[in-house]
Amino acid sequence: MNRLLIKHGRVVDPSQKLDDGMDVLLVDGKVARLAERIDDATAQVFDAAGLVVAPGFIDMHVHLREPGYEYKETVATGTAAAVAGGFTAVCCMPNTSPVNDSAAVTEFIVKRAAAARAARVYPIGAVSKGLAGEELAEIGEMVRAGAVAVSDDGTPVHNAYLMRRALEYTQLFHIPVIDHCEEPALAARGVMHEGAVSTRLGLAGIPAAAEEVMVARDVVLAELTGGRVHIAHISTRGALERVREAKAKGLKVTCEATPHHLALLDRAVADTEFDTNTKMNPPLRSAEHVAALLEAVLDGTVDCLATDHAPHHADEKALEYDLAPFGVVGLETALPVTYDLLVRRHGMPLRTFVSLWSTAPARLLKLPGGTLKPGSPADVTIFNPEARGVVNPERFRSLSRNTPFAGLRLRGWPAATIVGGVVVWQRERR
Amino acid sequence: MGGEGVVRLRSKDLVGIDPLTPGEIRLILDTAVEMREIAQRPIKKVPALRGKTVVNLFMEASTRTRFSFEMAEKRLSADSLSFAAASSSVSKGETLLDTALNLEAMQPDFLVIRHPHAGAPHRLAKVLRSSVINAGDGAHEHPTQALLDALTIRLRRGSLEGQVVAIVGDLAHSRVVRSNVLLLSRMGAKVRVAGPPSLIPVGMAELGCEVYTRMEDAIAGADVVMMLRIQLERQGRMNFPTVREYYDFFALTPERLKLARKDCLVMHPGPINRGVEIDSRVADGPQSVILEQVTNGVAVRMAVLYLLAGGHGEPTAD
Repeated sequence: MNRLLIKHGRVVDPSQKLDDGMDVLLVDGKVARLAERIDDATAQVFDAAGLVVAPGFIDMHVHLREPGYEYKETVATGTAAAVAGGFTAVCCMPNTSPVNDSAAVTEFIVKRAAAARAARVYPIGAVSKGLAGEELAEIGEMVRAGAVAVSDDGTPVHNAYLMRRALEYTQLFHIPVIDHCEEPALAARGVMHEGAVSTRLGLAGIPAAAEEVMVARDVVLAELTGGRVHIAHISTRGALERVREAKAKGLKVTCEATPHHLALLDRAVADTEFDTNTKMNPPLRSAEHVAALLEAVLDGTVDCLATDHAPHHADEKALEYDLAPFGVVGLETALPVTYDLLVRRHGMPLRTFVSLWSTAPARLLKLPGGTLKPGSPADVTIFNPEARGVVNPERFRSLSRNTPFAGLRLRGWPAATIVGGVVVWQRERR
Repeated sequence: MGGEGVVRLRSKDLVGIDPLTPGEIRLILDTAVEMREIAQRPIKKVPALRGKTVVNLFMEASTRTRFSFEMAEKRLSADSLSFAAASSSVSKGETLLDTALNLEAMQPDFLVIRHPHAGAPHRLAKVLRSSVINAGDGAHEHPTQALLDALTIRLRRGSLEGQVVAIVGDLAHSRVVRSNVLLLSRMGAKVRVAGPPSLIPVGMAELGCEVYTRMEDAIAGADVVMMLRIQLERQGRMNFPTVREYYDFFALTPERLKLARKDCLVMHPGPINRGVEIDSRVADGPQSVILEQVTNGVAVRMAVLYLLAGGHGEPTAD
């Protein structure tokens, strides 16, 4: 019998509208009881005085790179990074090699995750075979093997006919199609947000319209099909307007925002003199779009937060700005970056913050976590809202170091991560 | 600025106009005026950079700029070697960083780099001990071109202050326009730019210029008209219809030149496309200072090399 008693914490659970000083008892991998005071002589005790105790954080958008790109990240290192960042579960995108477009690859990832014994891993299958955008992958087989959604992330589903069929077919399994919205011809050879900064730097720009055109198309197709479309890493004012309209109409359109799109501006490319850790897709946007994104997170238009954790080897990022790959890591900085920005600086209620990282993604993908209701999985994120720290990539568990946040001072860091009632990570105490 | 003039450059590198102060720009131009005089001597060589080594790394086609740097290096008695290499990516051959580190291991004093990708000199400047000089990076900056253009205007007009300079052409793909707008606006000139709307990048005005779509409006009453090369190799065929139509709307013809001031200077960074962006009658006409620009290019590059090597200018009160 495995009993863990979390005492003296501030329990914040949006699924039960809870924000109170409480003790939480975990027994055999499930939440057993919540009460103002629990005493249990047989349980191991975790003292959470001064800490927030929340249902496990879920990052529904990460790249674990295995199989195929184990020099960037593996399931083991990626999930180690996840738990060190306060995440009890991650959903991994299918752009591996081979692509996760079959039950065999889905099963492989699930097995690797079980062996890693860190965060839970829910694979996301490909929409199309080989991510080629031509024919549907065996979505049902992948769902049976554990996939929780489908996406061609990295590229959009360009072909509107295929997207239509995907939005219809996935209704059989009640899963969303997650789309990376980018009109390829408009994005052209762009490497950063198109605006005054790209003009000054002489870098080819990706206009906000490249994202907005595709979001508009997806909203129209969601209406046509009644399917569920989830917009990955939304980043522009216009795209958010389309999502607002869709929601007002009652369409099944949802979206996520990343910490970097909220915390950084396109100006960072100039300020860092072409540091390739400011290169990601969608690109860091201008102040106007970032303000719109923040507003949409605060007003609930954005359904959840996700990192788009995209590890790349230092050698790849050492190339010229035009040639370096898109993407930044995010698992080990997401919690402090967003806590500092949303809760401390913009006064977001803690319950909303926890929901954006836990309850909301769990509901969106119908995952078992996201709640501390008795009987649910004993996945718990414990963080210290007062802890101060500096982002130090040298200490990352991730195999890659490509963060735009190195050296940033932040307040609000994870303290411990519990998966299935087991403390899988804990911050060293000084 | 009043009081003491600037006598040294702060940085070991010249990666762009953007990091330069007006005092530094003035210092380079003043030094270039002195360097110009060396070319008038029977023996066109001074020992200022004797024992210094310069590597000219040209990863994009160039003849004029490369020869201009080589000429400047020889006139200052530096040892130089040039090589042209295709820019490589990670998939084939050596990375830029590795190439640069290998060159650095031979202990040169300067690395002059021309590169097709914006920001390449900036990244190298951060990791190399030697002085990095940007000889053009993608569509970003071409600082020595802007400096030689400024020198040409100043020698003809006495000052940059208050000059109305119209720059016309492919604004989107031009590093020359970016460096020129930054420099000229910083030195008190009034800069206008014009080009087809499909070749005007977003936020152009924020560099420090007025933006026009009709060429005639931009050159009306101008003191200087600077034509940009249409860079057919840098774009597909969707940005403007044909060269023929481009000539109709954006070429500098004798008729259009009449809209500018009577003694308006005609400039072009070269190589010129005769009959595309500039009519031969204008390119070869009395107002053209296109070849003076080339002459001044050597002087400006001598000045930059000299100053970055630790040389200093005369204290001036300006």
